[in-house]
Amino acid sequence: MIVASKLTKTYGEFVAVDGIDFEVKRGESFGILGPNGAGKSTTMKMIAATSQRTSGELVILGKDPDKKGPEIRAHLGVVPQQDLVDRELKVWENLYVYGRYFGLKRGFILKKIEELLDFAQLQEKRNSKTDELSGGMKRRLTIARGLINEPEILLLDEPTTGLDPQARHILWDRLFRLKEVGVTLVITTHYMDEAEQLCDRLVVMDKGKIMAEGSPAELIKKYSSKEVLEVRFGSANNEQVAKDLAGIGERLEILPDRILVYSANGEKELEKIVKKGLKPVTSLVRRSSLEDVFLRLTGRSLVE
Amino acid sequence: MQTLQETWQGAATLVDPAVPQRWGFWYVAETRLRNMSKWWPAIVAFGIGNPVLYLFSVGVGIGSLISGPVDGVSYLTFLAPALLATAAIQAAMDEVSFPTIEGFVWDKTFFATNSTGITGPQIVNGMMVAAMIRAVATVLIYELILLMFGAITMDAVLPLLLSSSFAALAFAAVMFAVTVKIKDDDGFFAIIGRFVITPMFMFSGTFYPLENTPIYLQWIGWISPLWHSTDIGRALSYGADVDGWLMIVHFGFLIAMAIGGFAWVYPQFIKRLSA
Repeated sequence: MIVASKLTKTYGEFVAVDGIDFEVKRGESFGILGPNGAGKSTTMKMIAATSQRTSGELVILGKDPDKKGPEIRAHLGVVPQQDLVDRELKVWENLYVYGRYFGLKRGFILKKIEELLDFAQLQEKRNSKTDELSGGMKRRLTIARGLINEPEILLLDEPTTGLDPQARHILWDRLFRLKEVGVTLVITTHYMDEAEQLCDRLVVMDKGKIMAEGSPAELIKKYSSKEVLEVRFGSANNEQVAKDLAGIGERLEILPDRILVYSANGEKELEKIVKKGLKPVTSLVRRSSLEDVFLRLTGRSLVE
Repeated sequence: MQTLQETWQGAATLVDPAVPQRWGFWYVAETRLRNMSKWWPAIVAFGIGNPVLYLFSVGVGIGSLISGPVDGVSYLTFLAPALLATAAIQAAMDEVSFPTIEGFVWDKTFFATNSTGITGPQIVNGMMVAAMIRAVATVLIYELILLMFGAITMDAVLPLLLSSSFAALAFAAVMFAVTVKIKDDDGFFAIIGRFVITPMFMFSGTFYPLENTPIYLQWIGWISPLWHSTDIGRALSYGADVDGWLMIVHFGFLIAMAIGGFAWVYPQFIKRLSA
């Protein structure tokens, strides 16, 4: 569905996207994970065929977006980072006018709107102005809008940023349902849990480059251990204690507020630490996540 | 009722990109008309109310002080083409100014529109079509009022619609291009109102023939679409004495202004959408 090779975008001197390669297959849910400023949104705009690449190759639905932009866009669904809804129009009207932009017939759109309002759980708000919607509802409206042409690829730029946990879970549930229909999803996010939940495969991006690629499980297996032991000795002591922890676990990551011990068995490592006579203020054993993968690849956390 | 999942056909069968490529401008105009319908009382009040106030205060009020005919006709008949052109300009300008800021800055809806098969030039054309629909509707209602006042005759309805529409198109095209550059309102439209619209309204041969304006102010009329349109309107509605070459200049000026505006707005629009 999407093939990018050496895809590059520069703004003057600044290289936003630096020669990246990736491929997205039909029906796949593909994630672009990275911190703010990694080049995710710029990549997304090029895939959305609204921003021209500086160099490299990009093929979307078999076409070149720089030459066939409108044709490609007619078959895409886009959920932008900001909702970009028309505040003067009612909820159903926002869907209606958008449907018209694809040249869809009025009768079809009106039927489709009912399905979409059901799907987005917005039936009760159909006649509300968009200012009356919560953040989560607005997001669902934007997703519903992006689905009105039954897109071959749905692009979601930071779909749950700024939403509370409950609203995020509702949204994830809706996106799962779309996967079941076979819609190809491309999602950018800086939330590792979102990437783990939604993506079959993902690339980790930082400073315009792709650092790693694979399924969440593959990436964790490759770049991290099975478990992680998090120990805190108080912010002032972490650096000092870390020296005493040499040899414990497969690898250590010293963060300002805690020390991460990577190991196949976190409990065993904790026992070793206690045997050394060290007393962590708190300790926690958890499974490795994409956050650990990112930390390993870049030396930085995703959300800073 | 069937669910989304059950009825899903996919864009490849559902959407023919050739349809929005041809009709995209009209879909944009539809959206604008829908937006306008939310504000129609205000649109009618400003579009009609304002000029009607002028009609009473200047046309009827000051007109009663003027004893003889002006340019061979009653003062109201002399004034009518200018009032119509002003109303048309105002209506069209309102439709390309605030909605453009809304589209790029406030709601950023242009970016959402552009993420479908709709292109920047199609948005421009659609906005312009909607603006002209509003201008034409305003002029027609206004003409009805002028007919009731006996200021114009039935034969003058179409010629005056033509002359005022040309003014609206020319002025709106240029205003559109200027508005695309704006990052935020910042009182810009207040400045345009005070330093462009008001002087244009005052010194375009609106209330008295341009020749009666002091020579050092006449240039305002020469570069004003309002004067060119008003002169066309006067010639076509009551047969004011305008030389053939001057009529060509009038039409030429308005057409050039419109073309210039469009040529300026298209590339800026495309650039801003892809930023």
